[in-house]
Amino acid sequence: MTRLIHLFLVFSLLSVLAVGGGTAVLPEMQHMTVHTFHWLTDGQFRSIYSLGQVAPGPNMLMVLVIGYKLAGWAGMVVVGIGFFLPDCIITLFVNRWWVRLGGWPWRTSIQRGLAPVAIGLMMSGTYAIAKLSIVNAQTLAIAVVVFGILLWRHINPGVLVLVGGAAYVLLS
Amino acid sequence: MRDEGWLDDEGFLGAMEISETLPGLNAVNMAIIMGDNLRGIAGAAVSVIGMLLPGSIVVMVLGILYQSNHSNPELKRFLLGIAAAAVGLLSAVTLQIGRRQFRQLPDIAIVIITFLAVSSLKLQLFVVLLGIGPISVWLYRPHVSKPRAEDEHLPFHRGARHHLFRH
Repeated sequence: MTRLIHLFLVFSLLSVLAVGGGTAVLPEMQHMTVHTFHWLTDGQFRSIYSLGQVAPGPNMLMVLVIGYKLAGWAGMVVVGIGFFLPDCIITLFVNRWWVRLGGWPWRTSIQRGLAPVAIGLMMSGTYAIAKLSIVNAQTLAIAVVVFGILLWRHINPGVLVLVGGAAYVLLS
Repeated sequence: MRDEGWLDDEGFLGAMEISETLPGLNAVNMAIIMGDNLRGIAGAAVSVIGMLLPGSIVVMVLGILYQSNHSNPELKRFLLGIAAAAVGLLSAVTLQIGRRQFRQLPDIAIVIITFLAVSSLKLQLFVVLLGIGPISVWLYRPHVSKPRAEDEHLPFHRGARHHLFRH
């Protein structure tokens, strides 16, 4: 029961802090699940993150697997509600106020000011996954090639990460 | 969305604006806004469930398979390769969303300070948001922001990124 409460508190906190989306909270999520609570190892966190890349829909659905691994089906439900519901409620309320804020000059300031913060946080999220996964020349090559391909062409990212995984099995 | 006649371009951009500024996954926030605008709270609930349910089922099937095979060395290497590919993907997404920020000096400064605060100083996320967020908003306080085309205020470039939208 204590673990379920902890899971709920951790993931609902991450939910309201997710300015910039899921990637932006990855460093904090890794820190809390691996270092603060010792629920997972770095390797387990990385593997579960990879599962989210393969599934359709938002890749942050991988938090459900974290919940399941730590506390079974109840853990999955608690983490899912904790991570998604607070943001949904915030968005619902703000959506109804947003139109009325149209003439409020600070609305643009908030949007404009939070944008670079969100980008900085996304860079930190990318860096956190890079530290866990760029372990040798082959993994570095896979990351660089995927980056290059996506700048060059619009290819389904889900297919690309699967090919990346298969390539590493063959290369290593 | 447009094909179904649910939303015009302006409505889409407006929804995108809110989604990107608020916490939470952009795709989920978009689903809430569109559902709410069309059918109120019930619409919002249905569209979020529609967006999350299929992926939830797949990710849980994968999670259960992973649980029972997690010591398999081939699977470990496969997942490591996926994580490495994800780094390339996340870099491309970040660059694409942040294109505008990488051009202007105050923006670049905020991006770098935020990155270092989290990745190098290891500050807690709420400290970073409460510390840097207000300063950054203050930099763009109403009377200093020059009048620009509405499109210029968007933190991202419209179009050409729908394929990366699930991030």
